[in-house]
Amino acid sequence: MEQRELPGLLVNEVGGVLGVLEAYVDFLKKYFHLITMKKFLKNKNHLSKKVQAIYVWWQKPIIDRELLESLPNLKVIANSGVGIDHLDLKLISSFGVKMANAPNAVSSSTADTGMALLLASAKRLVEGCQIAVSPNTEYFAADWMGDEVTGATLGIIGMGRIGYKIARRAKAFEMKILYHNRNRRTEEEERAVGATYCTKIEDLLQQSDFVMLVVSLTPQTCKLIGKRELEWMKPTATLINISRGPVVDQNALVEALQNGVIKAAALDVTYPEPLPRDHPLLKLKNILITPHLGVKTDKATRMITEEAVANILAALNGLSIPNEVFP
Amino acid sequence: MEEQELPYVLIATIGGIDGVLEDHVEFLKKHFNLITMKQFHEHKSHLSEKIKAIYMWWNKPVANQELLSSLPNLKVIATGGAGVDHLDLKLISSFGVKVANTPFAVSNATADMGMALMLASARRIVEGCQIAVSPNTEYFAADWMGDEVTGATLGIIGMGRIGYKVAQRAKAFEMKILYHNRSQRKEEEEQAVGAIYCKNIDDLLLQSDFVMLCVNLTPQTEKLIGKKELEMMKPTATLINISRGLVVDQDALVEALQNGVIKAAALDVTYPEPLPRNHPLLTLKNIIITPHVGGSTTKSCRLMMENMVESILATLNGLPIPNEVNPPK
Repeated sequence: MEQRELPGLLVNEVGGVLGVLEAYVDFLKKYFHLITMKKFLKNKNHLSKKVQAIYVWWQKPIIDRELLESLPNLKVIANSGVGIDHLDLKLISSFGVKMANAPNAVSSSTADTGMALLLASAKRLVEGCQIAVSPNTEYFAADWMGDEVTGATLGIIGMGRIGYKIARRAKAFEMKILYHNRNRRTEEEERAVGATYCTKIEDLLQQSDFVMLVVSLTPQTCKLIGKRELEWMKPTATLINISRGPVVDQNALVEALQNGVIKAAALDVTYPEPLPRDHPLLKLKNILITPHLGVKTDKATRMITEEAVANILAALNGLSIPNEVFP
Repeated sequence: MEEQELPYVLIATIGGIDGVLEDHVEFLKKHFNLITMKQFHEHKSHLSEKIKAIYMWWNKPVANQELLSSLPNLKVIATGGAGVDHLDLKLISSFGVKVANTPFAVSNATADMGMALMLASARRIVEGCQIAVSPNTEYFAADWMGDEVTGATLGIIGMGRIGYKVAQRAKAFEMKILYHNRSQRKEEEEQAVGAIYCKNIDDLLLQSDFVMLCVNLTPQTEKLIGKKELEMMKPTATLINISRGLVVDQDALVEALQNGVIKAAALDVTYPEPLPRNHPLLTLKNIIITPHVGGSTTKSCRLMMENMVESILATLNGLPIPNEVNPPK
């Protein structure tokens, strides 16, 4: 009897510093015939019809018209993570291909990252570590202060899954929570985390000690935080970005930080990533930048891959896709 | 009518690296005649009988036999912070002098610091910052991972005010919380934070992904965490210390970190502070050390100062003393 072939899954690469993790290969090979871009390009004639799904890992492979045209049997593209700003949803849809992301897997670790950055910034943790180990340190100065987190006001911009998890965590620090979102949450949801809705973003910005950006990147949220918004913020406030670099007008941010318009910033995301090595943001003293580590835990990345596989298998079996993304 | 003089209160110094904060001086001078140690030494015969209280900031001035003997009218020592391990309580009590600390003022800021250290260590924030700004960075590696905090097990050793506040915060991260304490907390208190009592410290050490030290330093808690305890911890676990350096056997810790007996440590406190610049802890890759900043926020320092003023005034007015520290039996 003819053995049923596993569906072809295209990935950019496996292993190394940028590829799909080696640790997942056995898992993926249980369900798919794993094809790397390198293999595909070498063997296009033979492999192009076999590819039924693509797993986009850290935004690669790039899904363009050329690729889509060369995969006549492509049914679904699954993205590693929740952000899909790097994908042309209309284009993908025009080829009759379904799109899925992994919103559940990312939410806890990204919320944890937001809190980690808020606390690290408020407590001047990175500076403190440098002082603790510096060869020049002779004493610890008594007038070296951090900012209080307990009881401070946190303004969450974007109250989706991740934003809401941040609110839960911040509530335990007795923070006063304001939020701004396309839609208001239900009264129960608000009450559960003690969050107050701000219809106008400026109300949130004017009152917050910490402003956390947790939106998706869309044409509406691109440069959501610019010169005007930074000026609305308190001069003692800190901006934390765990969404996408382009949500913030980076040039305006550089100026605001240089001139003390806001006190500090903590960015897990920038545009581009990494920043060019001569970028002014890298020279500032009142900024923390981390290398887009929002979901970088073994647990979260494994869950992301599992979520992607579940979505792909649903699509290939003609079932409804748990995390389908529509254009 | 004779104007009543403000009470004379001895302090170490104003400003500088460990003096009373400049921002606090105005408020203090509303209530007290502040005398610095320098002034005291210069005018001892005149001042020694006038001083009724010591306002101790960052453990100074030191309340030793010599100082106590030279202050016949000393009624109270108010010390900033929760710890009293720097005071010889027996000696002070033998002079009939009361002691007050500020256990409440620092508890939020210190609990926040415990959480900050746990998250920074787990998610490799300090390393990450270095990568983000390093001139050599060309890309961000996809296989660079930290540890998940949500859902992990936190073992809190010392469930006093600060330990309990840590538990409240950790609960929101869906952490499983174990605790070890001299005495078990009430059931409602345990339930409110989902904390499980481990009568035996070993049980806590064996199961925890993160172990946080929130005890006072006493003869019983000195070197509470030594070679044996570190070996009981999981090799994937992280030790976080926001209590006092001496609670941990530092030599044992160095060895444990060097040999992968535990994964990492995050210390806001060491012994001494700062560590000597050639100390092995400073060379390890799997450690973060911060300069004892747990309680140091503008807000908590102000609150500490106000508490200390209140304790001094209450003592001098013959009222019950807030935050009085009882002498050892």
